[in-house]
Amino acid sequence: MSETREGGEGGEGGEGGEGGEEGEGGEEGDAGRLSAYLRLEGLAKAFPGHLAVDNLSLEVTRGEIVALLGPSGSGKTTTLRLLAGFETPDAGRVVVDGEDVTDLPPERRRFGMVFQNYALFPHLDVGANVGFGLRLPREAASRRVAAVLAMVDLASFERRAVTALSGGQQQRVALARSLAPEPRVLLLDEPLSNLDPALRERTRRELREAIQRVGITTVFVTHEQEEAFDLGDRVAVLHQGRLEQVGTPDELYDRPASAFVAGFVGRANGLPGELAGRAAGSTVLVRPERLRFDPAGSIAGTVTARRFAGGGAYFTVAAASGLALEVFARHDVVTIGQSVRIAVDRVLFPPGGPG
Amino acid sequence: MRRGRWSAVLLTALLAWLVAGPLAVVFTEAAGADVAAFAREPTEWQALWASLWISAASVALSALLGVPLAFVFERYDFPGRRVLGALVALPAVMPPLVGVIAFYFLYGETGFVSHALQAAFRLDGAPWRLQGPGAILLVHAYSMYVYFYLFVRAALARMDASVLEAAASLGAGGAETFRRVTLPLLRPALAGAALLTFMTSLGSFSAPLLYGGGFRVMTTQIRNTSVNGDQALALLETAVLTTVALLGFALVQWQERRGASVASVGKGTPPALRAIANPFARRAAAAAGWLLAVLLLLPHGTLLLVSFVPVGTWTTEALPPVLALGNYRQMLTEKERLGSLLNSLWMASAATAGAIALALWAGPIVARGRRALGRVIETLLALPWAVPGTVLAVAMATMFSVRAPWLGRFVLVGTVAILPLAYLVRNLPLTGRAVLAGFRQLDPALDEAARSLGAGRWRRLLRITMPLLKPALAAGGALAFVTALGDFVVSVILETYANRPISAQIFSSLRVNELGVAAAFGVVLMVVSAAALGVGARAGGAGDR
Repeated sequence: MSETREGGEGGEGGEGGEGGEEGEGGEEGDAGRLSAYLRLEGLAKAFPGHLAVDNLSLEVTRGEIVALLGPSGSGKTTTLRLLAGFETPDAGRVVVDGEDVTDLPPERRRFGMVFQNYALFPHLDVGANVGFGLRLPREAASRRVAAVLAMVDLASFERRAVTALSGGQQQRVALARSLAPEPRVLLLDEPLSNLDPALRERTRRELREAIQRVGITTVFVTHEQEEAFDLGDRVAVLHQGRLEQVGTPDELYDRPASAFVAGFVGRANGLPGELAGRAAGSTVLVRPERLRFDPAGSIAGTVTARRFAGGGAYFTVAAASGLALEVFARHDVVTIGQSVRIAVDRVLFPPGGPG
Repeated sequence: MRRGRWSAVLLTALLAWLVAGPLAVVFTEAAGADVAAFAREPTEWQALWASLWISAASVALSALLGVPLAFVFERYDFPGRRVLGALVALPAVMPPLVGVIAFYFLYGETGFVSHALQAAFRLDGAPWRLQGPGAILLVHAYSMYVYFYLFVRAALARMDASVLEAAASLGAGGAETFRRVTLPLLRPALAGAALLTFMTSLGSFSAPLLYGGGFRVMTTQIRNTSVNGDQALALLETAVLTTVALLGFALVQWQERRGASVASVGKGTPPALRAIANPFARRAAAAAGWLLAVLLLLPHGTLLLVSFVPVGTWTTEALPPVLALGNYRQMLTEKERLGSLLNSLWMASAATAGAIALALWAGPIVARGRRALGRVIETLLALPWAVPGTVLAVAMATMFSVRAPWLGRFVLVGTVAILPLAYLVRNLPLTGRAVLAGFRQLDPALDEAARSLGAGRWRRLLRITMPLLKPALAAGGALAFVTALGDFVVSVILETYANRPISAQIFSSLRVNELGVAAAFGVVLMVVSAAALGVGARAGGAGDR
């Protein structure tokens, strides 16, 4: 497995970077920018009728795992395809390890890619799929195939037909195939979306372990928060082709840079500013758990519904002027039909001033 | 990207030159002919009318035969159903000219059936003459009902049983369900088969040539005018037939786009086969089925038998008195005859390879690109299918009889190159259709996966695209090869002494009354065709895991 690590990163620094990654993630900016291994600089791509990616810049440290998170149509898949070289940007550059690869075709980029539906070659067996990208003498190639398959827990699967594998196994073959030629960067397009929910969590863990073992710089696309938070050291939130915010999951949740991020990452209530002690006429966003039932609260309303969620419950409260608020609290503090008052603990967005 | 665009432009230009060019030349040069004189000539109108009504009648007769057969084989179970179901499609493997001579041996004035009837009823002469529109229609119905049979059977197999059950649960009886559910669902298949039959018989040449006598359709009229030396008039006739064919082509394109929208809503299972319970009915059905099979196989058998009859040994007997291998020996030892066999093989192979290469070139452009050129390329690939063979041959002969390099015209007539080139153009729709369909089913991510693993253009073609397209390549290639191998209509106009193909050899053998030799060539053509189609089907199946 050590050979994988060396090759994938092409030498010094790769391993050292890996260990500290999760810890460093929190500091986001500076450290990453200094040693950015993969840089997206002002990427733009328009398709007839719409702008898919709009002036997108992002830096990824060596060995870091970055998630591109966004709703469908946000441009995340296009960004990934621009990285892989399947699309040519209208503007901007892609730089890896100081080399501008913008004009390199995918076959010369040395970027590994795992496709959403895996794109395993149905006419080749597992071994031939994994060995497809290798330019090695036969002996060395089969050793390499065996080593990579062992790494994804599919040792001695070489002669199996790919069509006879389970979804999770196919996913691991796809991962092994993309890692075998020791790419500089690993790209994953919705890597777990083709698996049924029961399998997803386990596969996600295995995927994370495999990527970390190799220590490869990774960018993956997902529309599921949980997946992005669990797999990504940092998460880049995309919206309408623009990068809204990059940061650790904690940063995104607690300090969203835009109203979109506040609403997309986690749940949020929108309420008039004056109710939260802000300027009248503005709208502020507040998380359900930052609203509190409090007899001294400034907002009056009636509980209309309750959605039980284990450790607590989401209460829907109809406030004056047709405002519907969602409050997270212990599941038994109020009952449906009860008149309540609500206090705002902390405004999520816009930042500044306590709630 | 940029490279892809150039490739698309280049392919469009190449196809425009090969496919649209000759047709354009026909129209421009026909404009020089005396159109008024043409319009005043009743024989021209008669020929055009004959082409149209023969085609319409062929559609009706083929539907009458093919549709009930499709229902019987797809809905009922009886002994021998599988074998018979395959045999029923057999007329498809007979090249048109071969089918025509087989009918001649069988039902002609001196054929087996006439002989038998003459002997049985002690008639003075033949009971009928195999000539005129009736004879043409007989051959057409025999060879074209297969379209209806195959299309309707496929549509019935795709039909969801639950749809019929839903109709029943809503209170519709058998007849009402048929009228309001089954028939509308079959409409695309019926329309497709009808148009295919119409177009095929519009371009039909062998049957009208050999059985028409004084009765002329447009294709034979063109040849007659051309043989009589009036090239300008022949071009005008060609232009008229082309116009009719292009109208039909437009109709087919429109129909296919409409047909696509009638696709079934969900996946379903076809209705279970209904077994015939009554033992007497079962046996009757089986007997009828086998009788039908014998009837369908009779032309093939006749051809085989005649091929063993030495020239001049069979005159008035009901069955040939002598059977020997002489005809085959002649075919394989006489230099000219063996030569035509080899000619047909290499020309058909070259034309098929070329047509496959062009289809593979077009595949990614049409299936992946959102480019407008993709549509143009697809249309150009499909167009030769609509063009009757006679038209194509005359058009190619006109285009390539003048040297005008700036218009893409070179002198190829009289050279060995023109015939395989014409075969290639005729093959384009066959390989194009199969390969494009294959490309559309191909997941584009597979090609991208290979790219991201460092595979260049040729490696991807050889290791990913071609293996995955193997079924389509085999099916389209086999069909193209068989069509080129059995071609008569294009060959008879464009052949040169140096590359005379099998069909021309058959035709000239018939003329000098060497029936056995003609039959032997026909048998070889039939066997090679069947083998090619068999290989195509098998390769297709094996690649289809």
